Amino acid sequence: MVTVQNITKQYGKTEALKNVSFSTGVGEIFGIIGPDGAGKTTLFRILTTLLLPDSGTAIVNGLDVVKDYKQIRNNVGYMPGRFSLYQDLTVEENLNFFAAVFNTTVKENYYLIKGIYKQIEPFKKRKAGALSGGMKQKLALSCALVHKPEVLFLDEPTTGVDPVSRKEFWEMLKDLKKQGITILVSTPYMDEAALCDHIALIQLGRIMSINTPQQIVAEYRNKLYATKSESNYRLLKQLKLRSDVASCYISGEYLHVVFKNNTAPFIENVEIHNIQPTIEDCFIQLMGVNNVDR
Amino acid sequence: MNQFLSFVKKEFRHIFRDKRTMLILLGMPIAQIILFGFAITTEVQNIRVAVLDSSKDISTQRIIDRIDASKYFNIAQTIHNYDEVDKVFQCGDADLVIVFEERFNENLIHTGKAQIQLIADATDPNTATTEINYITSIINSVQLELMGTNFVPIQIIPEIRMLYNPQMKSAYNFVPGVMGLILMLVCSMMTSISIVREKEMGTMEILLVSPMRPIYIVLSKVMPYFLLSCVNLTTILLLSVFVLGVPVAGSLFWLILVSFVFIVVSLSLGMLISTLAVNQVAAMLMSGMVLMMPVLLLSGMIFPIENMPQILQWLSNIIPARWYISAIRKLMIEGTAITFVLKELAILLFMAFFFITVSLKKFKIRLQ
Repeated sequence: MVTVQNITKQYGKTEALKNVSFSTGVGEIFGIIGPDGAGKTTLFRILTTLLLPDSGTAIVNGLDVVKDYKQIRNNVGYMPGRFSLYQDLTVEENLNFFAAVFNTTVKENYYLIKGIYKQIEPFKKRKAGALSGGMKQKLALSCALVHKPEVLFLDEPTTGVDPVSRKEFWEMLKDLKKQGITILVSTPYMDEAALCDHIALIQLGRIMSINTPQQIVAEYRNKLYATKSESNYRLLKQLKLRSDVASCYISGEYLHVVFKNNTAPFIENVEIHNIQPTIEDCFIQLMGVNNVDR
Repeated sequence: MNQFLSFVKKEFRHIFRDKRTMLILLGMPIAQIILFGFAITTEVQNIRVAVLDSSKDISTQRIIDRIDASKYFNIAQTIHNYDEVDKVFQCGDADLVIVFEERFNENLIHTGKAQIQLIADATDPNTATTEINYITSIINSVQLELMGTNFVPIQIIPEIRMLYNPQMKSAYNFVPGVMGLILMLVCSMMTSISIVREKEMGTMEILLVSPMRPIYIVLSKVMPYFLLSCVNLTTILLLSVFVLGVPVAGSLFWLILVSFVFIVVSLSLGMLISTLAVNQVAAMLMSGMVLMMPVLLLSGMIFPIENMPQILQWLSNIIPARWYISAIRKLMIEGTAITFVLKELAILLFMAFFFITVSLKKFKIRLQ
């Protein structure tokens, strides 16, 4: 559905994307996972024909993003990272306007957005600027869907949204997938990666790994240990000084540690136990950066 | 078509919901016309005159009566002693003192020469000059009449004649200027700001990734401002005719047609600015600096172009408002036929064509 080959993009001397290649299947949720500044937005803008790549090719829905940009603009849906609707128009007016811009009506594709729009319909006379973060996202998604796109590009749709709304949002994406829409979604939240069919881990403009979330976790090479003490920072410092520690970083209320010989030594007054790695652990391992405080 | 209409409707919603924009758009013409028409006026009225008449004869009385009859002058008092002149000014009882020499009429008849001294308060030199000019022309006209009846050898009298604005009404001067200024501001500034706002808010990203062709996006952004400009044009014309009393001397049809061409020039300038500016502040500054100041200073609205240094005269040629104001002066105040405005019209048409071409060339179908 979307095929990207060796895309490179530079802003002056900064390399935003370097030889990025991947391809997605039809009707799947493909996640681009990476921290801020990894190049996610640049990639989305190239795929939505808003930017030209310096080199490489990208095919969306069988159409070239450079040559056939006009056709692509007819049948993709795009939700930019920043809330980009008209704040001074009401919910209803926004939706009707975007339907008209895409030469359709809300009625025509109502079945598609019904599940999402139902939740904000009670507020349809409210100005979009007065909506809560979660409701804004739902409206933006409705507007991006109103013309029944074949590919949906969602750039960080859940950034700045509360955990409950985030969960709801992913439920909606699953429903859309069932309708046969291919969804490309980028997110800096590692926990959302597990909800995608395939993910690409991206860092500093380079793709580090592409696979299913399960496979990425399965490919974690080392044994991972979690540890915790009264003062995690003191423990972190202590562990970093040890010669048998390969990598050590903070993850939530625990410290995640990888030992060079993959076995945990006995450390006095410290409880260490083996755990299953998450996408975040895989990401950190792939970054190849040791001893990063996170 | 539905696409386009929905877009225009949405654009009007933006305008109508933003009270401040509305106020600027529709209130500005009224405020400016009234400001320039009444408050900022260079004409003088109700000048209080004190008279020191030492001869009290038929000629002096005639001159005094004539001055008193004029709507610009009121004879406030008569004084009897030259020493009182200072006092009158210092007490603020008079703006101007007229002193007739002794035996005024006799001198006039026998020697053909008589003297009048005009003393003005020159703390405000511009007003003083205007007052002196007014009163001199009144005295001159009386002098001419006297000569006619008395067969005195003809003297050379400087003829002062105010073409098209005999009463030197400043409103005549300002109305075309205000029209140029307001249409320029509404069209260029508002259009550029509203297009740049879409970029700044990120909505342009979504609009670009839609089947709507960029040219229609721009056209539908421009359309509401074109209509509003027409409303403003009507307001200004109505105000100037019925409130300021400036008549439309020439053809109304051509006046409106030339205005339409100027509106198109301004809109396309706004489009051009929107392709260059990255945010609303930049768009505002650009239209303010690049358009408003030159329009005020170089278009001939305030300072006559003929009096400018050569280099500024050249510079004024590239300012659309200069040609528009010149055309409107001819069409509206002087009442000339369109054939005398063809040069201005041609230049404006060329500018419209040029700016539209450049801004369409520069319009980005992508983000960069």
